[in-house]
Amino acid sequence: MGEKRIIYMDHSATTYVKQEVLEAMIPYYADHFGNPSSIYSIARDSKRAIDTARAQVATALGAEPDEIYFTSCGSESDNWAIKGIAYANRKKGNHIITSKIEHHAVIHPCEYLEKDDFVVTYLPVDKYGLVDPAELEQAITDKTILVTIMFANNEIGTIEPIAELGAIARKHKIPFHTDAVQAIGNIPIDVKAQNIDLLSLSAHKFYGPKGVGVLYIRKGTKIDNLIHGGGQERRRRAGTENIAGIVGLGKAIELATADIEGHNKKIRALRDRLLNGILAKIPNAYLNGHPERRLPGNINISFEFIEGESMLLWLDDEGICASTGSACTSGSLEPSHVLLATGLPVEISHGSLRLTLGDVNTDADVDFVLEVLPKVVTRLREMSPLYKGGKNGGCNVQ
Amino acid sequence: MYSDKVMDHFKNPRNVGEIENADGVGEVGNPTCGDIMNIYLKIENNVVTDAKFKTFGCGAAIASSSMATELVRGKTLEEAWALSNKAVAEALEGLPPIKMHCSVLAEEGIHKAINDYRKKQGLPLWEEKHPHSHDEDEGETCQH
Repeated sequence: MGEKRIIYMDHSATTYVKQEVLEAMIPYYADHFGNPSSIYSIARDSKRAIDTARAQVATALGAEPDEIYFTSCGSESDNWAIKGIAYANRKKGNHIITSKIEHHAVIHPCEYLEKDDFVVTYLPVDKYGLVDPAELEQAITDKTILVTIMFANNEIGTIEPIAELGAIARKHKIPFHTDAVQAIGNIPIDVKAQNIDLLSLSAHKFYGPKGVGVLYIRKGTKIDNLIHGGGQERRRRAGTENIAGIVGLGKAIELATADIEGHNKKIRALRDRLLNGILAKIPNAYLNGHPERRLPGNINISFEFIEGESMLLWLDDEGICASTGSACTSGSLEPSHVLLATGLPVEISHGSLRLTLGDVNTDADVDFVLEVLPKVVTRLREMSPLYKGGKNGGCNVQ
Repeated sequence: MYSDKVMDHFKNPRNVGEIENADGVGEVGNPTCGDIMNIYLKIENNVVTDAKFKTFGCGAAIASSSMATELVRGKTLEEAWALSNKAVAEALEGLPPIKMHCSVLAEEGIHKAINDYRKKQGLPLWEEKHPHSHDEDEGETCQH
């Protein structure tokens, strides 16, 4: 082992933990291990560490420290926001508005609430994956108690008009939640300016550890607890704090938001060279998502006549880590709900490839993928009965 | 998640291609389901003398096509017909449950190709299993 070169282009799935983050975390496993709820001095060290991390997150979001609640992951934050708002406001109404392209951590809690007499509107998106603020406005009723729209999509990278959507919810006095798991470190966030009442994030998407997330809750927002128990997180989220994880999250968000523009410029340059190279070298390939309003590291391309999983297996054989919206890797038989929501035909959705670049990637990585990927696509097309060897075969998608 | 055998047949698929003037052709699957398999058979004196395939699909679909064409070569039509999806999966040292439908597709492809031959010969068709009427343990099938 160790000889095979690994090209990691799946940063939207997870990231490695940066050395500085890891170093900040380590003392909180064996040295400062005290339970922050205890009274002695080593416990006070833990308490202080959490306070520091809370301040770091608040700064990154333009929030107040007492609006930051640590959770176990992005999914918990989404579940808390959605179920917590729904049940706290049940007397006011039972209508929730979300979009068709949300992460399953949003869609499945919504479906769960539908079984308990809540009504959910799933807003459509255009071919780029954008939610239309006018459609949100139209969907609002006097029973609407929550709007939840993701900041940026994890599959196609499309960045939603969050400030505008938030303004509409605000105008109607409806709490506005956004799953910003993919946005942190890629898009400047200011919860006040962007009209956000609740925001979910997860440390392992921005070079922090797995197993720790945040829910930002604007002061004065009426929300039920999700995890009941002890009095941690100002009695709102029970459970002994994951101190090392929280410290890591704090450090990671500080690093990730220190120079968003500089980071984006570097990643975008690599991404664009890779994207343009793929489109130039491989015919019958189509970019999914928005050409400009997209996460800096995101590429999502559909290749006609071939299926995504077989592409991933070949890429993996060359040491390239990527993902697909094909059914074959999702554990279901349906392809990505996100690609289908953009109107992409089912058969083309099966042939999608997602490459998400991040801080580990270099020009040499881009060159290597540009060398390997066309061969993989050609090899699979040659054995595909759909491929007739040219532009005119198979499905015509614009 | 895949056995070494599946990976071997995926990375070095046997019998890829079409047979010109094939005696029997079986086309199964559906692009919306994410897999299509075309099986081509050359048949002489009731024996499958050559078998080839073209497949659009995942690793398991390609490996199942490769293995199924290997298994029917040199077999009588009766023996080839008797090839079950389970036999294909076993020869591949197992498939994940969600991928069992790929082996079903291979069995259906062989059946279709044999019946295509029988039809051309004016022989009575053998009864194919109703597509997508598989046992529960053969995995889900696409509803498209």
